[in-house]
Amino acid sequence: MNYQSNAQGQAPGITEHRRIRRRSYLIGLFYAAILTLASFWVASSDLIYAPGVPILLAVLAIAQMGVHLVFFLHISSAPDQTNNFLALAFGIFIVGLVVFGSMMIMANLNHAMMPMDQLMQMQR
Amino acid sequence: MNVMTETAATAKTIPLSMRGPAPVQAVVGYGFWLFLLSDIIIFSALFAAYAVLSGETNGGPSGAALFDKTHVFYETACLLASSVTCGFATLAAQQRSMLTAFPWMIATLVLGAVFLCLERSEFAHMLATGNGPSRSAFLSAFFTLVGAHGLHVAVGLFWLVIMMLQIATLGLRPMVRRRFFCFALFWHALDIVWIGVFTIVYLGAR
Repeated sequence: MNYQSNAQGQAPGITEHRRIRRRSYLIGLFYAAILTLASFWVASSDLIYAPGVPILLAVLAIAQMGVHLVFFLHISSAPDQTNNFLALAFGIFIVGLVVFGSMMIMANLNHAMMPMDQLMQMQR
Repeated sequence: MNVMTETAATAKTIPLSMRGPAPVQAVVGYGFWLFLLSDIIIFSALFAAYAVLSGETNGGPSGAALFDKTHVFYETACLLASSVTCGFATLAAQQRSMLTAFPWMIATLVLGAVFLCLERSEFAHMLATGNGPSRSAFLSAFFTLVGAHGLHVAVGLFWLVIMMLQIATLGLRPMVRRRFFCFALFWHALDIVWIGVFTIVYLGAR
């Protein structure tokens, strides 16, 4: 039974044969707390160059999502986790397409659309 | 010990196609992982709608005027702490220890409930001041996105109560453990979605 679970992959977060220690969650909590505090500080402080704040927030958020995936969901690139990792990569790809695709299309439409007052004049 | 090294050696020599079906645990976990990823894709559509509509306030208040950052910080802290207590409950369930699992599950339940109460008070305040979802496209998108996350948390709490009842009545048998591990995955995934919510909606508010 044991060799089968080694051979056929491992479910995310479920580790019957490889013992996950309490330490993993505590390390995750430590990193996540630091990153959360950092992003709240970045959003409310005046010390940082204002146009750079959204980029910094995005970096901190992506880093924290990575911390959660590694230390809480125990996703890794280990050979027995190939399926989980590929599914995650595909999920990230679709999320990127949906979010950035919608934003790009809507920005384009906004740019190409005639201003509303001119549009109203034409309808008269 | 000797048996284990023997099976490990055979596992390498037997080709992948002849190793038989994967254990139920791995199949259940993988299926639930796929469900979670598609749930996150649903959230990404709501995030996209929010990102497009966040500037369309129709003369109403903008996000920066409405949101209270300390309130959001408490919500974030609750959800992060509940993620960790949920992880500890998983560890206890793995070690078949009901006595350690229950306190951590109750802690998860309480922290999740505090999160929902905080969110409810925020929504109630916004509705009372006339800034409900019908005020502007921005607020419609806000209530849809944050409300969908809150609904997921509420469903998660309901699921957690059912898991506590099942562990109390059925014990930590493999079936119940699998269900509880799926709940833990769900709960951690909700925390990941919340990172997106507090960064894009609350901290990114202009």
